[in-house]
Amino acid sequence: MVRYVLQKLLFMIISIFVLASATFFLMKAIPGNPFQSEKNVPPAIQERLNEQYGLNDPLGVQYLHYMNNLLHFDLGLSMKQQYTSVVDVIKNGFIYSLQLGIFAIILAIAAGIVLGLIAALNHRKFLDAFTIFLAVLGVSIPNFVVAAGLQYVFGVKLGWLSVAGLNDPTDFILPVVALSFLPAAFIARLTRSSMLEVLTADYIKTARAKGLSGRIILIRHALRNAILPVVTYVGPMTANIITGSVIIEQIFGIGGLGKSFVNSITNRDYTLIMGVTLFYAVILMLARFLTDIAYGLVDPRIKLSRKGG
Amino acid sequence: MSEHSLQREDFAKLSKEEKVPEVVVRESISAWKDAWFRLRSNKMAMVSLIVLVLIVIMAIIGQWISPHDYSTNDLSATNQKPSSDHWFGTDALGRDMFARTWMGAGISLQVGIYAALVDLFVGVIIGGIMGYYGGKVDEVLNRFCEILYSIPSLLVVILLIVVLEPSMFTIILALSITGWINMAWIVRGQIMQLKNQEYVLAARSLGASPARIMFKHLVPNAIGAIIVTITMTVPSAIFAEAFLSFLGLGVQSPAASLGTLINDALKAMTIYPWRMIFPAVLISLTMLCFNIFGDGLRDALDPKMKK
Repeated sequence: MVRYVLQKLLFMIISIFVLASATFFLMKAIPGNPFQSEKNVPPAIQERLNEQYGLNDPLGVQYLHYMNNLLHFDLGLSMKQQYTSVVDVIKNGFIYSLQLGIFAIILAIAAGIVLGLIAALNHRKFLDAFTIFLAVLGVSIPNFVVAAGLQYVFGVKLGWLSVAGLNDPTDFILPVVALSFLPAAFIARLTRSSMLEVLTADYIKTARAKGLSGRIILIRHALRNAILPVVTYVGPMTANIITGSVIIEQIFGIGGLGKSFVNSITNRDYTLIMGVTLFYAVILMLARFLTDIAYGLVDPRIKLSRKGG
Repeated sequence: MSEHSLQREDFAKLSKEEKVPEVVVRESISAWKDAWFRLRSNKMAMVSLIVLVLIVIMAIIGQWISPHDYSTNDLSATNQKPSSDHWFGTDALGRDMFARTWMGAGISLQVGIYAALVDLFVGVIIGGIMGYYGGKVDEVLNRFCEILYSIPSLLVVILLIVVLEPSMFTIILALSITGWINMAWIVRGQIMQLKNQEYVLAARSLGASPARIMFKHLVPNAIGAIIVTITMTVPSAIFAEAFLSFLGLGVQSPAASLGTLINDALKAMTIYPWRMIFPAVLISLTMLCFNIFGDGLRDALDPKMKK
């Protein structure tokens, strides 16, 4: 177990190192320098800017400097927003993104499991077919279409909820629903198929033979085992929520990290792009890491010492 | 059985003409035909296939049917509602949305299909090598894949396109850089299962080269899983391209993908909602059909999996 965790941790560190180096050299590979695009900058000021951002140093020195700063969680200064550090931008934006993300995960898990359960208990009946269809729809319709549709119907046509911003608790409803749409559909599919499998297992027959009530069998015996595969989905779900938040925040005009990321790309604010990319990568890798470990803990049948999985 | 009791002449030796070793009574059904029969009985999958074919045809000819060009600005007729002249309305520069929607569909489909083909090419070769040789080669390549895979792929794609400047070529390139890993792993798994079968041993003992064994014996047997993976890659590549459009990293104007069209329309959605509807419905429909068809294909090609 310890070996496994250490191995995964080591892997994570290698991956982050590779990504950090890759981002660094990719950004350096862009022809020209970030201040050239700004017109009317006198050469003296250009030179001063280059000096300040260390752009005149040899590449190797810049790289070591960058890596050293990373170790101290220093991602440098934003190139386009004056006197703002990348860490601050991330801190300010992430509060909103985190709230949205957590609500979306809770909603996705709750809705997904309930839908999957309904489908499995009505196997081969109308409700089952209907849920499967809903799940395929959820997986297929891109989240920006969902978001735009929700915004139009509830914001513009019905006028029940506001179209943009996060000023009121009800403002969370639309972005969270849009964000959780796809993961919920995925979880519903997972729950349904594993529930169908579990319901034919011997221990369910045993429980029934003991004379336990249907509800206890369903919740204590079946559902507990059936939601195990959902745990494996936490990693990919985090990825979904992050990519989703980038789009959803833009559509609903929420000043979260996703929006900062989009802005940094449109402004070609390279230090910010690098910083946010690394930050996202670390979150995703942590989510995957925790998923791997959690899966081993909740399912004793999985032996963590074995490689892979 | 029949009443006919055995006679001595029944045991006489047959003449050469009478000697027919085996008679195939029914036409033999190949694995492909069998899969096709199963697919055909899946109504949802067939409807999806037909819709997909229609979308592809329209993506090819759609922009030529329209009386208007996809890139001609007409500032006297901006943001128009759908009418008999502009069937899907016009955009903020007065460009015909019908022509633009279908050309966008074409570009989105091309990105999806080419990305899937590159994945196929690279994934089958690398996955094949991993699966066939196993041992050290497999371990090294697998570690490499794991590291590459652990880096969130969309972030890599974004970084690459920021550096390379967006175009259809760079988008496909960036999507394939991490996209092939999944295919490689699937091929690897299949080949590992297949390579211990007797027919591979037979081929090897007849002196067949590894390349021949790979492409004549192993890949054809793994093709079901490969095809299903491709069908599932296309919609995710289409989505990834649309996602890039939202970051301003999609196909550049005057060309447009469905993603760019939706992104443009979003900015004015409260005032001109109809600009949004056609591209949004089309991208959803395309992804939906690919997913349903892919599911059907998986059931058809792998009858063992069927529940």
